[in-house]
Amino acid sequence: MTSVSSDSHMWNLVFLQLLLEENGGQVVNLGACTPDELVMSECLRIRPDALVISTVNGHGHIDGLRLIRKIRGHSGLASMKVVIGGKLGIHGSRHAGSRAELVANGFDAVFEADADLDRFLGCLGLGTPAPKHVASTEIRST
Amino acid sequence: MAPPTGPGRFTRFVRRASSEGKLVVQPRMGFGTVEQMRAGLDAVRDVDAATVGTITVDSYTRVNDHASALLALEKGADLNGFPLVAHGAAVTREVLAGIAGDDFPVQVRHGSALPRELFEGLVAAGADATEGGPVSYCLPYSRVPLAQAVDAWAECCEMLAGISEPVHLESFGGCMLGQLCPPSLLISLSILEGLFFREHGLRDISVSYAQQTNQQQDIEAIHALRALAKEWLGDTDWHAVLYTYMGVYPRSRKGAYGLLEASARLAARSGTERLIVKTAVEASRIPSITENVDALERAARAAEREAVAEPAGIPDSGIYEEAQAIITHTLTLGSDVGKALVRAFALGHLDIPFCLHQDNANRCRARIDDRGRLTWADPAGVPIPRARDLARNRQRLTARGLLDMLSYNERRYDHPSRTSHPR
Repeated sequence: MTSVSSDSHMWNLVFLQLLLEENGGQVVNLGACTPDELVMSECLRIRPDALVISTVNGHGHIDGLRLIRKIRGHSGLASMKVVIGGKLGIHGSRHAGSRAELVANGFDAVFEADADLDRFLGCLGLGTPAPKHVASTEIRST
Repeated sequence: MAPPTGPGRFTRFVRRASSEGKLVVQPRMGFGTVEQMRAGLDAVRDVDAATVGTITVDSYTRVNDHASALLALEKGADLNGFPLVAHGAAVTREVLAGIAGDDFPVQVRHGSALPRELFEGLVAAGADATEGGPVSYCLPYSRVPLAQAVDAWAECCEMLAGISEPVHLESFGGCMLGQLCPPSLLISLSILEGLFFREHGLRDISVSYAQQTNQQQDIEAIHALRALAKEWLGDTDWHAVLYTYMGVYPRSRKGAYGLLEASARLAARSGTERLIVKTAVEASRIPSITENVDALERAARAAEREAVAEPAGIPDSGIYEEAQAIITHTLTLGSDVGKALVRAFALGHLDIPFCLHQDNANRCRARIDDRGRLTWADPAGVPIPRARDLARNRQRLTARGLLDMLSYNERRYDHPSRTSHPR
């Protein structure tokens, strides 16, 4: 699990780690402001079943596209399951077009702020959770 | 260069408003383009209240990825703030020209652990103030080693201290991760960062506190913050700034404004000089200029309505005592404030609950008790009185439990009938 390079938000990562672990997942949490290169080298080292990218600062669309292109361009990571979610743009969850673009560039799934958690966990092959929706957490913005 | 004498434009404005009984209100606002940014500042200046302007930089600038900021500008992509370094000091100076002044000082807000280029830019552009700190902009917002952030911030403080017209510096220490950090820890960090600023030559500073989950507790906390600022920073030109709740925000307009107005009343009642507001759309997206203006006016009116009567008895649950213990202990850990901060985090004596940064112990925990007060679930290594007793409060935290605490204020203000806790 990771954020993207420009996003410092943490509560989303803390919550998702607990949620995934409670549903049988084993989580390596790379934390916030993760450079693309770190995400890729850790994926190559750990060989996870899936990479979950959670971001809420509004740059997720830009940073996510850049990252997934790098990931899919690497022969060792081309087939890894990669999903992204959170608040991906600065205008709220309104742009179906940007979701399609993310998928077209290689994401296996895109979950905006109010996405269904069962669908998210199901996509990762994990069990049914207690809470119903992903939190739209915001910890700060200076 | 002559050393600065007396406070700068930002603090003079805050002092003047305060002497007239007005709360200074300020947005958190930044836009990618010069036109939008200027329009935003114009609109904030024209608000019917004592306002200061804000230029919030975008998150690429915050992490010194100026190339990505530049690329976004060239492509016309949406940025979540003003890329000050990518635009450059000359362009930023133009944005401020004819707007920033004695009656409308402007603060650059950022979130950068390594802010040298940004500080050079904002100084060259003639900004009146900025904010952050070696801890508050490192641990929650970066992967930069704390010792490196401390060195960078020392250098930046000294840069500001060398300027003839003082640039105000505010500690963001009172906001760590926005929620679930106990009040005494927030206060300690803000005072310690204030001491760090002072050690590196600054005299024109502010200390901060973010609204939490219980108004009585927040009143006690701000009272403690002010008392400690008088003791530790009494020879500086300091004031206090309050942040409207920085955690998961109510989604409804009514709920959002309810929480905002509560923070304005809290500011008025506690003698806080400045308030950083939140807007009605905070939960879902970055607010527009109009939404910011609306929030500023609402906050100012709510503060005016709050009668500044003789303050009722200030509650005492031990916040002052805890913060004093944390500050004095931390200062024994190094020959200067910066070294003491680095050592305190390495030992886990300073520890931000839930913060994932590699230099944070992440052992101490907070919880919201049945009265809605933000308390310790386990202080772990943080040296507060009665720490061992408090550690017994610790319970296994579930995703549901965390979400319940994170969304406490959201629930309380969006659905007041469903919660029994006092507003």
